[in-house]
Amino acid sequence: MAESRYNIHSQQEHLQSKYMGTGHADTTKHEWVTNQHRDTYTSMIGHEGLMDYVSIAENESRERTRFNLLQRMISPCGPPVKKADAE
Amino acid sequence: MSSIAKTRDEIEDEVARMQASRAQAAQSADNANRVSMASAGGYDGDVAGSQSFATSISTMDEDADDDDASNFERASRSTGAVQRLVDSVRLQGEEQDPFADSKKKTIRDRESDYQLQRFNRMISPERADPFAADATPRPHDRTYADVMQDSMVENEQKLVMRKIQQKQREEEEKKKEEEQQQQQQQQQQQQQRQEAQKEQPQATPDSGVTTASTSSGTGMASRWDATPVRPESGSGAGASRWDDEGTPARKKSRWDQTPAAAGTGRRRSRWDETPKDAMGAATAATPNFAAMSTPMAMGMATPTPGQMGAMTPDQRQRVRWEKDMDERNRPLSDEDLDMMLPTEGFKILEPPASYQPIRTPSRRIYSTPTPMSGMAGFSIPLEDKAAKASDLGLPTLADESLPSLKPEDEAHFAKLMQDVDEGQLDADARKERAIMKLLLRIKNGTPPMRKTALRQITDKAREFGPGPLFNQILPLLMSPSLEDQERHFLVKVIDRILYKLDDLVRPYVHKILVVIEPLLIDEDYYARVEGREIISNLAKAAGLASMISVMRPDIDNVDEYVRNITARAFAVVASALGIPSLLPFLKAVCRSKKSWQARHTGIKIVQQIAVLMGCAVLPHLRNLVKIVEHGLQDNEPKVKTITALALAALAESAAPYGIESFDQVLLPLYHGISQQRSKALAAFLKAIGFIIPLMDPDAANYYTREVMGVLIREFQSPDDEMKKIVLKVVKQCCGTDGVDAAYIRDEILPHFFKHFWNVRMSLDRRNYAQLVETTVELANKVGAPEMVSRLVNDLNDENEGYRKMVVDAIDKILRNLGAADIDKELERQLMESMLFAFQEQTTEDDVLLNGFGSVVNALGKRTRDYLPQICGTILWRLNNKSAKVRQQAADLVSRIAVVMNDCGEIKLMNNLGVVLYEYLGEEYPEVLGSILGALKSLVNVIGMERMQPPVKDLLPRLTPILKNRHEKVQENCIDLVGRIADRGPEYVSPKEWMRICFELLELLKAHKKAIRRATVNTFGYIAKAIGPQDVLATLLNNLKVQERQLRVCTTVAIAIVAETCSPFTVLPGLMNEYRVPELNVQNGVLKSLSFLFEYIGEMGKDYIYAVTPLLQDALMDRDAVHRQTACTAIKHMSLGVYGFGNEDALTHLLNFVWPNIFETSPHVINAVMDAIGGLRVALGPSRILSYTLQGLFHPARKVRQVYWKIYNTLYIGCQDALVAYYPSFDDENKRSYRRRELEYVL
Repeated sequence: MAESRYNIHSQQEHLQSKYMGTGHADTTKHEWVTNQHRDTYTSMIGHEGLMDYVSIAENESRERTRFNLLQRMISPCGPPVKKADAE
Repeated sequence: MSSIAKTRDEIEDEVARMQASRAQAAQSADNANRVSMASAGGYDGDVAGSQSFATSISTMDEDADDDDASNFERASRSTGAVQRLVDSVRLQGEEQDPFADSKKKTIRDRESDYQLQRFNRMISPERADPFAADATPRPHDRTYADVMQDSMVENEQKLVMRKIQQKQREEEEKKKEEEQQQQQQQQQQQQQRQEAQKEQPQATPDSGVTTASTSSGTGMASRWDATPVRPESGSGAGASRWDDEGTPARKKSRWDQTPAAAGTGRRRSRWDETPKDAMGAATAATPNFAAMSTPMAMGMATPTPGQMGAMTPDQRQRVRWEKDMDERNRPLSDEDLDMMLPTEGFKILEPPASYQPIRTPSRRIYSTPTPMSGMAGFSIPLEDKAAKASDLGLPTLADESLPSLKPEDEAHFAKLMQDVDEGQLDADARKERAIMKLLLRIKNGTPPMRKTALRQITDKAREFGPGPLFNQILPLLMSPSLEDQERHFLVKVIDRILYKLDDLVRPYVHKILVVIEPLLIDEDYYARVEGREIISNLAKAAGLASMISVMRPDIDNVDEYVRNITARAFAVVASALGIPSLLPFLKAVCRSKKSWQARHTGIKIVQQIAVLMGCAVLPHLRNLVKIVEHGLQDNEPKVKTITALALAALAESAAPYGIESFDQVLLPLYHGISQQRSKALAAFLKAIGFIIPLMDPDAANYYTREVMGVLIREFQSPDDEMKKIVLKVVKQCCGTDGVDAAYIRDEILPHFFKHFWNVRMSLDRRNYAQLVETTVELANKVGAPEMVSRLVNDLNDENEGYRKMVVDAIDKILRNLGAADIDKELERQLMESMLFAFQEQTTEDDVLLNGFGSVVNALGKRTRDYLPQICGTILWRLNNKSAKVRQQAADLVSRIAVVMNDCGEIKLMNNLGVVLYEYLGEEYPEVLGSILGALKSLVNVIGMERMQPPVKDLLPRLTPILKNRHEKVQENCIDLVGRIADRGPEYVSPKEWMRICFELLELLKAHKKAIRRATVNTFGYIAKAIGPQDVLATLLNNLKVQERQLRVCTTVAIAIVAETCSPFTVLPGLMNEYRVPELNVQNGVLKSLSFLFEYIGEMGKDYIYAVTPLLQDALMDRDAVHRQTACTAIKHMSLGVYGFGNEDALTHLLNFVWPNIFETSPHVINAVMDAIGGLRVALGPSRILSYTLQGLFHPARKVRQVYWKIYNTLYIGCQDALVAYYPSFDDENKRSYRRRELEYVL
């Protein structure tokens, strides 16, 4: 019984790990923040009102803003930190 | 109750009489207990019965003498009886084992002769692997050419042997005939002589047979005239030696063995040598023993002492039994005596010098066939336990950690019995021992032992190598004493190591197939599945090319058995590797010019592929049909038959698609039907039958008409198999759209009823089922009245089995089609015949009950006129002596209650209710359960207020029945009580309800979930009726019991009571109970709270502040279960109050939940995570995120792991919402971590 519970647990963890944006004990700050940025852009693209707000602030058309946001998602925080850098 | 009541008045009289007689009986019972002053009194009348006392003592002497004599006689007779009993037991004892039933059966015991042929196959030696990197075969490898040559020679030899046998048999017959003729002549001469010298007796000088025949008188000549009965082959006990050999390969003669072996000297190895042992003789007597014909990996070469493995099961049984006796009767040792006798007062005497103990080594050897002692001839018994066991013939192992050995295993595991120093062995021997040990652990060990051994053998598979592994596993699998479980484990081993070995198995594929293929025709479904899995894994590991080259020689084997299992194995290979890859090979095989056997097997493979893969054949249907189609014109009748069967299987799997693929075979099939006879015809019909449903309506109609002529002709076939197929085809043809009702009615039905609806068809179970199925299908086309009117008269048939078949058919027809078109006259006929059939039944089963139920329900209100008669029958049968009859009558009441209500027969129902009520004293639980069920259905339709007997009388009678332990009674009783509690609690006093409450607690122990659920719900109803206080007190008391199931059910009941009577009536008492310093009670209270909040949902917002202190306390408890249960309660609570503004309390609770996140016990951590999940919903993700941020980058990995887990759950739950709550970062190291877009201000 206990074993099967464990299994269900590990299954859950396994399932979660398949999603982008989830983390684990070895996730670095850079990875985590990168995901935050991407989530933020996604949210802006997804919510009509936010989209309007950002495009007015950037003084661009909605479609251009959308494109810009998508572009920014590629590497929002710059290149990953090298091991030596992080330590 | 002499006759059946027919009218309403009669029924009422009947009921009144019944009630009166019961009342009277009670009265008289009361009277009987009182004794009047003047009368003598019936002392002990009820104990001894009224007639057994002599009222006066006779004084006459001769009477007494007489008595003595008869007493003596009786006594002697009775001892005779005992003697007879003893004799019978003794006689039985010799022939049958009284424990035979309880013994585990080996696989071999249950197999048919056909399946046993597997022991005749040889585990073939390894073959060269032509697909390996260095493909040049080493000189001693068997290549494909070798194998093909061998199999050809073998086949030829078998054919020659068959011819020789046939010839011998013919000669034998001839000789016999001649002898008979001679004898006949002699007889005639004798007769003549007898007639000549009438008075003189004469002795015949001839054989015993003739002497006997002549001495038995004059009628003899006629006996000799009759053709002598020669025992046919396969006719059982009387079959002669020659007959036996008629069935191929059953007996393994010298000739049957592969000849090539003798020539090359490769195969004729040490395996063929007979083990030199006394037991060896016994083995030789049983000819087809696997061990002798298959090369055992290790068994025979090692001079195993007793050759236990080489014995037949019977012998083994006997030896085991003897050993058992020996062990019990073993001479007492000195220690034994010391233990038994007192230490004081006894002196141990020296044996006199002249004493010579009797030592009979020969007898010792015989009774203890252990080799070690046997070889020495005699050995002084040692005192240690192992030696004692081995002295008694029990196999012992050198290594104590191994599981015990069964005598049958000895042959396989002989080496483990020798105590050797493993360090001194060479690598191979060490490996062999290691494998042997692991296998023994897997086969005989305890589950944990088995598990580790299985893992080890899997891990080390490549290290051990395929050769040593399979050389040990496969002979074990062929062992005749194998049991199902053991086989399962060994097959599992093969499965696991196949994965590991991968292409290393190639040389061993045939070996493995020989052992695994028979699983494909095992009667056990799981064995078949296992076999399939192994073969498909094998195919994946070895690859298609080597599978084909390995199995090719078996395809045209003379032995049908070998071809059959090879075909099945090929089908599995096809399903593993895909049909297309196998198509070219199949095409070639099915066109083989060399032998019809190859064609037969090829087509059979196609058939098996269809059976195995179902609709997955559709993409390849055209190709498959093309491959087999020419088989319909084959010269060999067997190939024709199998082709038709293969087409049938293909059409069945393809249905309802793929008719265009069958276009080219329709004509040959159709022609075949008019040309073929018997078996082949049956196969052709079957194929047509499966193809017709795929056609479009017009074509189906056309072909049905074409085929029907033949079908109708075959209606009269006496062959059962043919009948079944014909019925099936009729069903399939008539089920298609194109066939119209008029055609069926005019052309088919008359013949159909003439030939099939007769008593003979009801005798065989499968015929019966098929006939009913077909009839129902036909009825779907022609309508219920047509069918029912043809069947209804047969309900009056004198044969009961036949009547049942009719009822079964009518039942299914009416259930499908209803009785709306049945006219008045037919309705009357139907009801009367049904009643007749119902009353006349002698063995009660569900068929008539179901039939009657569906007829009544189908007719609905039209049953009204017949209801009195039906009720009369029910009443009469309720009073029957046989329990089954009573049960069936009660069951019938529950089936027809709804219809009776529809007909407005309230009075009749009340009568029935009263009678059923009278029968609540029923002893048989099955019957009592049915009676309760009948009462329940009556209450359901009549309603509480109109119910007769009144509910207030009924319920007190039910209270004691709740104590009944029988499941059926419990279930029906609790349903009935629950119904009353739900609908009419006011009819019964609260006191009675309380009493019922106590009884209900017992029902929570029931095994059946339905009973427990009904009970828990009933608590709710009762609490609603009489207020929660008393019920709650009862339930809270019940929390103190030990049994977990009881406590769990009680907590559920408390929650339900709280839900039905609103929580504020229950919560104070419940929370007060938490102060009891007892683990179980506190946990029970918490669990109740958990269920309570689950059930009341958003109502929980009013109670959350009340329970918070309690939950807070529980979350701080040392006991993990407290915290776990409290967490579950918080989960339900928070989900219920989401959006009602109770965040303050929930945040407070979160502070107590959070420290538990590092729990390791799986139940607790699950509950904690659930609680956090619930709180996330209620409090929003920001709160949880701010808690989580503390530990995401904690220096300790263990902490980070847990926090990231919580973060992941949170993230997946509210990804978008979290955007607003992430902390803000500053840029560092040229990385831009700030989310500048969030800083825009307009």
